Amino acid sequence: MLHPILFFLFAALCVGGAINLLVQKHPINSALSLIVVMASLALIYLLLGAEFVAAVQVIVYAGAIMVLFVFVIMLLNAGAEERTAGSRIAAVLGIPALAVAIGLGLYVTLQHGITGDVALGSTPGYPHAVARPLFREFLLPFEVTSVLILIAIMGAVVLAKRSE
Amino acid sequence: MVPLSYYLVLSAILFGCGVLGFLLKRNIITIFMSIELMLNAVNLTFVAFAAHWGVLSGHIFVFFVMVVAAAEAAVGLAIIIAVFRTRETLNVDRVNLLKL
Repeated sequence: MLHPILFFLFAALCVGGAINLLVQKHPINSALSLIVVMASLALIYLLLGAEFVAAVQVIVYAGAIMVLFVFVIMLLNAGAEERTAGSRIAAVLGIPALAVAIGLGLYVTLQHGITGDVALGSTPGYPHAVARPLFREFLLPFEVTSVLILIAIMGAVVLAKRSE
Repeated sequence: MVPLSYYLVLSAILFGCGVLGFLLKRNIITIFMSIELMLNAVNLTFVAFAAHWGVLSGHIFVFFVMVVAAAEAAVGLAIIIAVFRTRETLNVDRVNLLKL
């Protein structure tokens, strides 16, 4: 009984934060509501039994990435968003296309999709269990990500460097 | 017990919010945050299906998505700083040349 209540609570927090991200004019308010979305997603991951993913979500997403965003917003002293006419085409063409795509996806999911319930903690997602496949079957992709991170660090340094 | 479709519907709503933000927002940082929101929605789908099928590959994929998102955020924000330094604006409609 508690499981659906918690799910709907955190899902409402998620959707509320996502809508607040769209409504807010100032980027810092959008960033803070995105942190709400990520934190409540971490709690939903806990409901799904993904403890490791929930911890990484809080540390990497809500922690590192959002700190980077807030840091850049404050560094650039970003003000409130200014509206320009260029967004008209995107709104006219994009929103109907999005509505069709999401509607089709929801229809397929709810009518003909995979049915079944997700029990509380049905899959053990604690770090010990996740580490086993990560360092066996997925060892090569894991090592490749270290190269990716290295390239990202060098790219960030080169791009943000003040040119002489 | 929560049906799997609820998680998928929540993920679709979050993804839709991300696409809406991408289309409607004019601030380049907010657009970037909308992309992160879409990545989060996809992560939720991965974890929900992993819990449904009882396999851990979904969790591993979420890990890789997070690594790529972190790298993307670092490089993307560096590009935003470089663009702001030359254009003095964050509005995407005023950034219409690839050249710095």
